[in-house]
Amino acid sequence: MVAAAGSPVRTRAAGLNCPSCGASISLVTAGWSATVACVTCGAVLDAQDPNLRILQEQEQRILVQPRIPLGTRGTWKGVPWEVVGFQQVTITVDEVPYSWREYVCFNPYHGFFYLTEYEGHWNVVEKLRRRPDDRQADSSRLTFNGLAFRHFQSANAVTTFALGEFPWEVNVGDAVRAHDFVSPPYLLSAEVTEHETTWSLGTYADPKAIAKAFSLGSELRSPVGVFANQPNPHVQSARAIKRTFGFLMLALLVMFGLNMAMSSNEVVFDKQFQFDRAQGDTLALVTDPFDINGRVSNVAFSIQTNLNNDWAFFNIALIEETTGQAIDVGRQVSYYSGTDSDGSWSEGSRSDNFKLGAVAPGQYFLRIAPEGGEVNGGVVNYAVRIRRDVPSYTFYILAFFALLVPAVISWAPSASFEQRRWAESDHAPVSSSSANDDDE
Amino acid sequence: MTTPATGTTACPNCGAAIRFVWAQAVQTTCDFCKSVLVRHGLDLERVGTQAEFPQTGSPIQLGAEGEWRQRNFVVVGRVSYQWQHGRWNEWHCRVSDGTSAWLSDAQLEYAMTAPLAEPGELPIPQSMQVGARYEWGGVRYEVANITPAVYIGTEGELPFTTSDKLEYWFADLQNIDGKLATVDGSETPPLLYVGEYVDFHDLKLKGLREFDGW
Repeated sequence: MVAAAGSPVRTRAAGLNCPSCGASISLVTAGWSATVACVTCGAVLDAQDPNLRILQEQEQRILVQPRIPLGTRGTWKGVPWEVVGFQQVTITVDEVPYSWREYVCFNPYHGFFYLTEYEGHWNVVEKLRRRPDDRQADSSRLTFNGLAFRHFQSANAVTTFALGEFPWEVNVGDAVRAHDFVSPPYLLSAEVTEHETTWSLGTYADPKAIAKAFSLGSELRSPVGVFANQPNPHVQSARAIKRTFGFLMLALLVMFGLNMAMSSNEVVFDKQFQFDRAQGDTLALVTDPFDINGRVSNVAFSIQTNLNNDWAFFNIALIEETTGQAIDVGRQVSYYSGTDSDGSWSEGSRSDNFKLGAVAPGQYFLRIAPEGGEVNGGVVNYAVRIRRDVPSYTFYILAFFALLVPAVISWAPSASFEQRRWAESDHAPVSSSSANDDDE
Repeated sequence: MTTPATGTTACPNCGAAIRFVWAQAVQTTCDFCKSVLVRHGLDLERVGTQAEFPQTGSPIQLGAEGEWRQRNFVVVGRVSYQWQHGRWNEWHCRVSDGTSAWLSDAQLEYAMTAPLAEPGELPIPQSMQVGARYEWGGVRYEVANITPAVYIGTEGELPFTTSDKLEYWFADLQNIDGKLATVDGSETPPLLYVGEYVDFHDLKLKGLREFDGW
């Protein structure tokens, strides 16, 4: 603490040289960096030491070229930043190394922020000064800023190359345990060392926005594959479809309800008859007239018989009394049953139902001419019942599927995107080849 | 020894005028000769000389003004610390309500804290465990790190004297709402400071240091 008064205040650590190779070292972060890796020889130096004590020398050095050169100035969200450090970090999954690159950006008022790049996917990363909320029953989930994050991957991340200034002590070969949690477009990362846990929040960024922010002449490569926190481009349309589908389903339900409520489902005719085959099958009967009232509507016929191992054919005409206009219908009813080596069986039905479309109100009668049947068939008892204005289900069933099919088809891209995202995680489906045994 | 007028006195070493901005200050540094001066009642005692600061590149400087919790503050003093991975400053701020607060700038992550009176019995930092939880003033905190630090310099007005201290321990505690607490082991019993991390913009700082090219 004792020194000559009035010694000059240094504003920049100028005139420093790398003690390993002699190249000049400039410290942009003036006092805030812990280490600086010499751009020329890669030696890691103690940035806090006036003589830049060597922490680590690089003998055989792989060279990784930063896509944004050190010293590049850019503007992000209105704040100017200078790229002061660069490192490559590598994780190994199933003996396959995967590397991403990190850029340290500095502003003398705002401090540090980071950019990461993996296979053309960029993230803007800020160090967090508070912990996410992990007080949840499920340890694979976290809450931060009201957003739910899901665990994506845990791995040992090793620094494999370093260049320039770092606010922490960086050494090539040093490893941290990295845990990633995603809630696109955000990525929460915990880097755990023996001494501390550091949380950071990444936000997925368009390479074009990065290139523009740092005025990069050449275009950045296009992203390959789907990244952990890449926003699902289909999620909006999938959501819109879900909403539209829900709305249409509701509308359909309302229509169905109204249809049910408004349909009178009124029985206008209900009578029992006999068909005595002994008397021949040419006998047609004519019923008493009956009224069909109300609006123009459908009419539903139901024929119930006591046929057993027998059949009959019914020629039915619905005839308007005053005009004589007839609607003719022929229906066959047959029912057979028995037992064989496979057990009991039955075929056909004793009853038959059918509908006629728009029938105008008026006075009607039926002409019924039954015929046919087994040679030894006797008397057939049958009842004919007519209801008017019955609710229709078919339309709604058809409409449901007509709506469901496009909804499923348009939802598929969103689901497939999510599948590709999670295939790269620790939580991939078992069939995936990238399933990972890296967890302790 | 000189007889100080209200708020203004003279440096016992060089005679330059010493003005206390903050009435409760017990230590200051002479702007002219860099003598570190401790106030004993009305007298000033020269206890040493302040070396030039090893630079930290902080944009904060004495006289800077800002805003915290809807109150204005002015930076009147500074203590610089060195720990294993670097240096940081604790800027002593006089708040418009007459209280004192601290603005820390470790790696340009800003935090404002104020001493919490009567915190109850406090553990000494060395006895605490990372991850352990404490509650003070109705706020829960978790110990984030425990580290020894040394004074590397002081300037301006401080509410305590620093001349007799070398190394001591700090414990930093955080919580999920961005609050923070520091247990300062420089005194016995320890002191407790509580506050929160603050955004640079939200501090609305004026009178900052300027950097070439920025």
